[in-house]
Amino acid sequence: MSVKRFDEYIAKHSKDPDRELQVLNLGPTHPSTHGIFQNILLMDGETILDSEPTVGYIHRAFEKLVEHRPYYQITPITDRLNYCSAPINNIGWEMTVEKLAGIEIPKRAQYIRVIIMELARITDHLICNSILGVDTGAFTGFLYVYQIREKVYDVYETICGGRLTSNIGRIGGLERDLIPEAIQKIKDLLEQSKKTFGEFEKLMNRNRIFMDRTIGVGAISAERALNYGFTGPNLRATGVDYDVRINEPYSSYEDFKFNIPVGSAGDTYDRYCVRQAEIWESISIIEQALKNLPDGDYATSDSNFYLPKKQDVYTKMEALIYHFKVVMGESDVPVGEVYNCVEGGNGELGFYLISDGSRTPFRLHFRRPCFIYYQAYAEMIKGQMLSDAVATLSSLNVIAGELDA
Amino acid sequence: MARTGSTITADSSVQELADHGFVLTKFDQIVGMARKNSLWPLPFATSCCGIEFMSTMSAHYDLAQFGSERNSFSPRQADMLLVMGTIAKKMGPILRQVYTQMAEPRWVISVGACACSGGIFDTYSVLQGIDKIIPVDVYVPGCPPRPEQILAGVAKLKEIVQNESVRRRDSPEYKTLLRSYGIDIV
Amino acid sequence: MALNIQQVIDQLDSRFAGQFGNVESSYGMTTIQVRKSAIFDIVKFLKEELSFILLTDVCGAHFPDNDLDMRFAAIYHLHNLVENVRIRMRVFLPEENPEVDSMTPLFESANWQERETYDFFGIRFINHPNMTRILNMDEMEVFPLRKEYPLEDAGRADKDDRFFGRTIHNE
Repeated sequence: MSVKRFDEYIAKHSKDPDRELQVLNLGPTHPSTHGIFQNILLMDGETILDSEPTVGYIHRAFEKLVEHRPYYQITPITDRLNYCSAPINNIGWEMTVEKLAGIEIPKRAQYIRVIIMELARITDHLICNSILGVDTGAFTGFLYVYQIREKVYDVYETICGGRLTSNIGRIGGLERDLIPEAIQKIKDLLEQSKKTFGEFEKLMNRNRIFMDRTIGVGAISAERALNYGFTGPNLRATGVDYDVRINEPYSSYEDFKFNIPVGSAGDTYDRYCVRQAEIWESISIIEQALKNLPDGDYATSDSNFYLPKKQDVYTKMEALIYHFKVVMGESDVPVGEVYNCVEGGNGELGFYLISDGSRTPFRLHFRRPCFIYYQAYAEMIKGQMLSDAVATLSSLNVIAGELDA
Repeated sequence: MARTGSTITADSSVQELADHGFVLTKFDQIVGMARKNSLWPLPFATSCCGIEFMSTMSAHYDLAQFGSERNSFSPRQADMLLVMGTIAKKMGPILRQVYTQMAEPRWVISVGACACSGGIFDTYSVLQGIDKIIPVDVYVPGCPPRPEQILAGVAKLKEIVQNESVRRRDSPEYKTLLRSYGIDIV
Repeated sequence: MALNIQQVIDQLDSRFAGQFGNVESSYGMTTIQVRKSAIFDIVKFLKEELSFILLTDVCGAHFPDNDLDMRFAAIYHLHNLVENVRIRMRVFLPEENPEVDSMTPLFESANWQERETYDFFGIRFINHPNMTRILNMDEMEVFPLRKEYPLEDAGRADKDDRFFGRTIHNE
């Protein structure tokens, strides 16, 4: 593969004795690219002069696929978008349908959703930060905090049965209540994660090697970041305190007290610190939610969308009819268009849904934060060393499945 | 090991040999044993299953205990190609190139429904199973498979490796197989 | 100064009267339907005068049952982060040669999103620096998200319709 403008540049400057020009192909199966991104780099020695990114190596046609699936069957598909924090995608999609159909969710279900989403945020951030450690030469941190991820999987299994692709929740609430065992597991997890993340931060935060490798690397200003459509931790690392959970609170986020950590320089180290601080905020949110967990139902009673209880299906005609209606995807949805967004692991995860009233969406567009901010990568690595480009990529936490959809 | 006082003669039984610390086996078996206990994986992770592979190789499930300590990211030094995740049509030629860059003997594990058959992504852009472009030895189903399943797939591959004839890679059948995929034999 | 969506509409009205119509609000978001010729100026005005500094989203849609000159739509979501106001704009495009101005001079983030829209629907963006496919292969000839194209790969031989309960009679 060759890029014409690189070849021309090299041809023009090849006589220059001070320069060592070459074209380097990074990816799509490079070990340190975490997912399949290709960047063709124009190098002068170790310095990157220009780059040409190629994406689409894992394009799975989500947006076409969802036009052929009834609403409730789309939840498992959203799992595969950002698979590092699948529950946020699930719940974001469910809330989109609930917004369209005007379904009210009981307070308890909203709190449980908050707990699940914050657990997912922790797992997303921890994988990003620990992989950043691996890319800068510290494998230990990864192995250490990955245990927390296993513990979170354990919680997911208790709540919904799935591990990575969780298919958590249903349109109209949750599939089942949070059992005491799950609550106990979450409490244990929080205790352990405080200890683990404390030690992880002791290992990384003021680590001379880590700081030298990350401070000032891959920096972007707030103006450029906004122009590139950054959201989420990467935007907050530049100093903009935009967070969907605060700006447009959903699922009772207004009930919780938490801070929005922001950085200042927008470099790799700031992104690391913002994510790490958000993990602590998430832990605090989960603790508040567990403490104030309201009693009541865990799902709506709107039987047009939510499956009736199994014993009713066996004994009552009405429930059986609704059961079939939901399973066959024949529930009536209003005609209209909805944009719903949640704060995903990487930023504003939006669902733009056009409904024509039929059993499948007429058009469903995912606003994938990764896809939008990965465009800035070429600008961010310009003039950097090759090894810094790798650190920058992992600190951006670009998830291939979400990028290419 | 219990040692008897007897000396070894041409008439010694297998048990007597074993008692002296000898093993009687076939060359194939000894090569298979050596190969199966240090399979260097090449993780070709594209999506969700790649995250489960990270679980598999991290402390909790620890793939290293089965002889796969070193992840070989260079195809030249790898023995088993673990294809994890959806392979889009755009990615197909790259997967094939990685496979052809691997040195013989090489094995392929297809991890996850997408790699095995396209999975839920029965769409215009997804390759419906990697066995359309490269030969596969072990299929691991699941979307994504649990780490235990990936380990079971590796164990299954070890069985295959143990029992593989050293001449298999030179056999006309194998060459026909590769040729049917359009892969040139070096 | 708090800015609400009505003030935005009023300001647009005084500036671009007749260039847009069909202001409708649903599900907490106001949608305006903009003429193709005015979209760039309106987005520019919104960005520079009313500080809608985040282009949240650009996407396309295909309406095969609409009139010939409204078969495609390019849809923009803009967000004013300070006042927390969102606005959605829709531009209808004709079946023949759907073209609209690119937002790349205003927002870098529009670059790939417009390429994606081109890739999916064949909507061309004028003045785009690199109007090529992004997710699919360059060799692809169709625009797969148009409604007339099937979801599944047409070249599949292993999938016998009889085994999926599909015959010519029940389609």
